[in-house]
Amino acid sequence: MSNDHGTHHAEGHGGHGTFGSLMTGFAMAVILTVLPFGLVMGDTGLSREVLIGLIMGMGGLQIIVHLVYFLHVNKNVEQGWTLVATIFSVIILVIVLAGSLWVMHNMNQNMMPMPDMDEMMSLQSQQG
Amino acid sequence: MATEHVQPAETWNWLTGRFTLDWIPYQEPILIGTFLGIALGGLIFLALMTKFRLWVPFWKNWAISIDHKKIGIMYMVLGFIMMIRGFADAIMMRAQQAMAAGGAEGYLPPHHYDQVFTAHGVIMIFFVAMPFVTGIMNYVMPTQIGARDVAFPFLNNFSFWMTVAGALLVNISLFIGEFARVGWLAFPPLSGANYSTGPGMDYYLWSLQIAGVGTTLSGINLIATILKMRAPGMKLFDMPVFTWTALCTNVLIVAAFPVLTATLALLTLDRYMDFRFFTNDFGGNAMMYINLIWIWGHPEVYILIIPIFGVFSEIVATFSGKPLFGYKTMVWATSCIMVLSFVVWLHHFFTMGSGADVNTFFGITTMIIAVPTGVKIFNWLFTMYRGSVRLELPMYWTIGFLVTFTIGGMSGVMLAIPPVDFQLHNTLFLIAHFHNVIIGGVVFGVYAAVTYWWPKAFGFKLDDRWGKRAFWGWFVGFYVAFMPLYALGLMGVTRRMNSYADTGWQPYFIVAAIGAVIILFGILSTFMCFYVSIKNRKALACGGDPWNARTLEWANQSPPQKYNFPQEIQVTGRDMFWKMKQEGFKWSTDYAPIHMPKDTATGVLISACAFVFGFAMVWYIWWLAIVSFLAMLAIGIGHTFNYNRDYYIQPDEIAATESKGAAA
Repeated sequence: MSNDHGTHHAEGHGGHGTFGSLMTGFAMAVILTVLPFGLVMGDTGLSREVLIGLIMGMGGLQIIVHLVYFLHVNKNVEQGWTLVATIFSVIILVIVLAGSLWVMHNMNQNMMPMPDMDEMMSLQSQQG
Repeated sequence: MATEHVQPAETWNWLTGRFTLDWIPYQEPILIGTFLGIALGGLIFLALMTKFRLWVPFWKNWAISIDHKKIGIMYMVLGFIMMIRGFADAIMMRAQQAMAAGGAEGYLPPHHYDQVFTAHGVIMIFFVAMPFVTGIMNYVMPTQIGARDVAFPFLNNFSFWMTVAGALLVNISLFIGEFARVGWLAFPPLSGANYSTGPGMDYYLWSLQIAGVGTTLSGINLIATILKMRAPGMKLFDMPVFTWTALCTNVLIVAAFPVLTATLALLTLDRYMDFRFFTNDFGGNAMMYINLIWIWGHPEVYILIIPIFGVFSEIVATFSGKPLFGYKTMVWATSCIMVLSFVVWLHHFFTMGSGADVNTFFGITTMIIAVPTGVKIFNWLFTMYRGSVRLELPMYWTIGFLVTFTIGGMSGVMLAIPPVDFQLHNTLFLIAHFHNVIIGGVVFGVYAAVTYWWPKAFGFKLDDRWGKRAFWGWFVGFYVAFMPLYALGLMGVTRRMNSYADTGWQPYFIVAAIGAVIILFGILSTFMCFYVSIKNRKALACGGDPWNARTLEWANQSPPQKYNFPQEIQVTGRDMFWKMKQEGFKWSTDYAPIHMPKDTATGVLISACAFVFGFAMVWYIWWLAIVSFLAMLAIGIGHTFNYNRDYYIQPDEIAATESKGAAA
């Protein structure tokens, strides 16, 4: 089928990147991998929360580097549809993940059994 | 009648798994009656098919066809057949609730009643509404963008048959075993291994998973079609509004259905492998299931209604004789709804206890999502304003929709206020609300689409008299059936009750049951309408453009040839067919060979194996599950070696079919 239509949407196949862009991506990926390891293995004196934040942040950057340099997501590929689809996916993912964390955190605060309830339940089960 | 239900003993043997003859519900007179009815009807049907030698034509022209138009029609047939089943469940519930007041038990014991309301919800959403909207998109969208077929024709056939496999699995649960007794979204812990023993819940899981494969693949397919297969020159903002809504819908399908698949897979692990995702003990959390299922569930209701908005946009513009008012706002409103539909899911469980700030956020987003919907309502009204409106059948449904859907939308905004929701949660007010938007929106929209595009698909109009009877049956029946439920909900009557003590409620339930009977009249009129129209098709025959329409799907013959358009169309703007008519367009007789895909039985075969696989998993027949799963893989891989997939229709053949006209 695509033969009939092949003529008019052919513009802008993004190719597979140049050697230079691949090496840039590779270098950035290595840096973003080594840094978190270094932060954990070296004695940086940073607090646990800051460390987790830094590692998560660099993980996020790592994803972007992979998308841009290895999966060639940019506004030229497929008339920009790849970029639009990626942005949409990221928005939905962020909504779903952040929303679920927020909702479930509140649920757990308000609705999960209290510590003394655990004791009560274990007492009950001991009594059979 | 209302005897205590005895669950058959849990046994297992390697040959038939946990199935024993005790699972055939021969002690239930209602089921046996239904079974005999269906068996008898089925036998007559099979006999007629054989007598008129229709098996081979059915297989060759329909079952293995990868023509998007035929698949679209088959989706609609599936939707109507399953609507009979879903409506039978509905009228049984109405009858039960009209009877079971003040100590009376009615005629449905709880064990059966719970299956009925679960099956009603599952069937109406997954196997009626979904096939309907998928079918309409399948039939109309490719022709609207001047394409010859969808992007992946074989995948389309496969998607359809997977949906059928899921539907069959639900129906077979009626006579072999039982169906789930958990409500249509199957919240744990009730749906977990401890509280839902027996195969019912597993029928639910496997039928939805199998049908879900079809839905997701069809979503991918239609997105690719819209982005890649538009006629040359057609820019995105030249696309008809229905195509726009189809695009947004399928994006939602692709984004949301994986969540359903994953959630049900986790529940399956809980049930089959003793995992603890959603249990109350060992670190499980049932609330997470409710959170996840509604992350899918809310986009799902927009998956159903957004294409219907597109249908009404086409109809209103056509029958008002002018371009749609506010085309661009329509597109942007649809896109806004698409994104916003992902940030409102918590309004389905305000009462679960996430606290005031979370509830406030989701209450406000819910009210915001009503704004773009309101924009659309005004767009349709302004399109009609000062137009030369022709009150044909599709317009009846459209005006019925505008009134009914607005009422349903407003009761929705009421429910979006968390303190109000605390009063109304899980009451019949909610039931009335979502039937108000689903019947007033989706069902009316599907009927509007069927009456509007029927002449396109078959070359003759539907009978006006029976068509109007169907409309009045549905329209009046809806109000009589569901307005009492609003009142009952405000009195605090909860949903899914098998019986109740307060006889003061009974008159309302009796009125609601009468409403269901009026809807039954509407449904019967529908089938009568089809029958009468097919019988009088010579008298009702119409040309290629019976409604003086505006969009490309009317530019070819009705019914269209399998290649849709004899030549490629050069699109230069919006409402292209209207433009072509103004410019006095004629198809040239200079044809080029048309490249076409070949039919294949692979989709039917894999889906048949998927059905067997689902059945085997439900009954723990492991050997059969392994065999059927391997068969699926083998057939799928085998298909990749089939290089004989396409052919060319030669110019002389095109010239012949084109000159014969649509009647041939």
